[in-house]
Amino acid sequence: MSRSATASLAALGVNPASELTSTTTDHTTGRVLPVRGELAGLLPWGGLRRGSTVSVGGSTSLLLALLAGATADGCWAAVVGLPQVGVLAAAELGVSVRRLVLVPRPGADPGPVIAALLDGIDLVAVACPLPPSLARRLTARARQRRAVLIAFGAWPSPDVRLTAESVRWNPLHDGAETLRRQQISVRSGGRGEAGKPKHVVLTFGEEEIELPLVAGDPPASDEPADAGPDRVDELASRRATTRGRPA
Amino acid sequence: MKDTRLLAVWCPDWPVVAACTATGTSQHVPVAVLDGNEIVSTSAVARAEGIRRAMRKRLAESMCPELVTFEHDPQRDARFFEPVAAAVEELAPGIEVVQPGLVAVPARGPVGYFSSAEQAAERIVDHIAARTGTEAQVGVADSLFAATKAAHRNVIVPPNRTAEFLRPLGVHELDAPELVDLLRRLGLKTLGAFADVPENAVASRFGGPATRQHRLARGLPERPLDKRRPAPELTVAETFDEPVERIDSAAFAAKILSERLHENLVNRSLACTRLGIHARTEHDEELHRVWRAAEPLTPRGIADRVRWQLDGWLTRERLTAGIRTLTLEPVEVVNGTALQLGLWGHDDERAVRALLHVQGLLGPDGVLMPVLDGGRGPKEQVRLVPWGDERVPVRNPDHPWPGRLTRAPATLADDPAELKDAHGDEVGVTGRLELTARPRSLVVKGKAQEVTAWAGPWPVDERWWAPDPHRAARVQVQTPDQAFLLIRRDQRWFLEGVYD
Repeated sequence: MSRSATASLAALGVNPASELTSTTTDHTTGRVLPVRGELAGLLPWGGLRRGSTVSVGGSTSLLLALLAGATADGCWAAVVGLPQVGVLAAAELGVSVRRLVLVPRPGADPGPVIAALLDGIDLVAVACPLPPSLARRLTARARQRRAVLIAFGAWPSPDVRLTAESVRWNPLHDGAETLRRQQISVRSGGRGEAGKPKHVVLTFGEEEIELPLVAGDPPASDEPADAGPDRVDELASRRATTRGRPA
Repeated sequence: MKDTRLLAVWCPDWPVVAACTATGTSQHVPVAVLDGNEIVSTSAVARAEGIRRAMRKRLAESMCPELVTFEHDPQRDARFFEPVAAAVEELAPGIEVVQPGLVAVPARGPVGYFSSAEQAAERIVDHIAARTGTEAQVGVADSLFAATKAAHRNVIVPPNRTAEFLRPLGVHELDAPELVDLLRRLGLKTLGAFADVPENAVASRFGGPATRQHRLARGLPERPLDKRRPAPELTVAETFDEPVERIDSAAFAAKILSERLHENLVNRSLACTRLGIHARTEHDEELHRVWRAAEPLTPRGIADRVRWQLDGWLTRERLTAGIRTLTLEPVEVVNGTALQLGLWGHDDERAVRALLHVQGLLGPDGVLMPVLDGGRGPKEQVRLVPWGDERVPVRNPDHPWPGRLTRAPATLADDPAELKDAHGDEVGVTGRLELTARPRSLVVKGKAQEVTAWAGPWPVDERWWAPDPHRAARVQVQTPDQAFLLIRRDQRWFLEGVYD
């Protein structure tokens, strides 16, 4: 296991010993695609390394958030086999939908479709279940074509595995509030450098709540459990965690 | 000055007529043609029952249980329209099909031949009825838009009186729902009132696309006249080793040739607005038809029209042999920079090639691109168009949309749901947009969950303040570990999305 992991990392051009020093160069040479700041700490290269395979589980928002940084930077992304994907949510999470392509139904033989996408699209998210042998061939294809393969669901030995353990929203006050702020508790793992387990709480949608924090009166709620602790402190602590430090 | 008078021949409720003809259904029963869940065309009998365009299927069926419904099929519409187009052409050469159900022809020819526009109209209507048994109406005016509106009313508009004819018509005659909505709110209820707004004010106040609608309202042609004649080398032709006799091989030929034509046009930054389709059979029968489009044709738009036309010829004309040669001629072209395809630069070439490859594997509908649109719900704010088609919003996303939610669900759904109060009774929405009780449980797909908190309701319909028993509204609902978006339509709850 460890030997094969090293072997494939070598194939990716990753030298484990020099990894930390090479990261900066990789960013500037475009070998690592950018991600939203909160996600950088979860990924061993501070972004999505071209040629790698990342599996995501438990949260569609987490999947979409992974596409945000790169599409905003001019990369193309495709989502395969997810007809129910919420494109508006993707846009809200920062995905540039001008460069987002959907292949909702890749057909009975999705292999050639996904392979063709890996040939020209920078990020290919695959949400349809595939036989492990085909999945491995696509992992190899992504490596060869310098694309990033993001598997939504189980995938045989990905380079990085991100699992959302819970998705929570700001509590609603019957009729008075609305969903604004989303907290996703993510555990990461994987092979090689990514193998060190991390646990991070991501928060999406902070900017919207800053307005009520400044201008609004806190709702005089009769439900203290819903009102939560001091929200300013909560926000500050979350900012710290989203920089990628293990919680 | 060029004579722009046009004669339009219009067959009312064409999608219904085509569906009834195809299935042998009587047109004297209530019939509706649906695109998905929404009614796009109705028979006169259905209208008498109160069924209207844009109505939801469920509502229509509850109002009229014996309603016969058909799925909308543009290919069927085109196939059964070909004999009608052929009948018009026998009296008025040079016709152009605008869409199945509507043809236009320069009025000069038939009006001169039959000595008056009234005579020409009468002869054309009689001839269509005799040849095809189809009911048609004729209109004459100075622009295609006005001639179409005249045909809807069976009116001959005298020369230079087109603007006057259009003035009293309602702004809803413009095929631009968002603009119409805005004009009405501004108190501009007629085309005349809209036409009186100065052109530069229209561009700055309503945006570029509205200037085209403004031209229409003033009775001007949809595009300024362009005398440029397309270069003959743009025309593409194909001679088949095996004569094309079947629809499926015709569809394949249509696709290949359309792509070649489109490539020719794109290389010169052009797009086609009038497309000539010529076919020659093995026995040297010549077939020819011109399609006219309001907007520049996309590769798919070209392929659709070629396929429809071939289908029409192969199924409705009694050809003695298969088609040997097919020629596509761009009869009118415009500068193609408006087409989205032209906006993609060099860096994107690899992506473009990959997507074309996937479209080759799955068909044009297999690869979709989202367009962010105006609207309130998470679904109506996103329109998915086949990759390569134009991506223009139909509703302005920058307008205020009261009732629009701050966050959209990452997963969309459309499942019946139950929202119940502490007594197990259904929670409703009152006329004042309030919930009738505090929701305590949510049931989706047979699974019950405790509701810990909720938000809303938000209006779905703009006229939510009007008294209406069929109120539509949205609520967000939280359970101990999940959040959901629900919508209430026709007095029932549906799960619209999961905030996962």
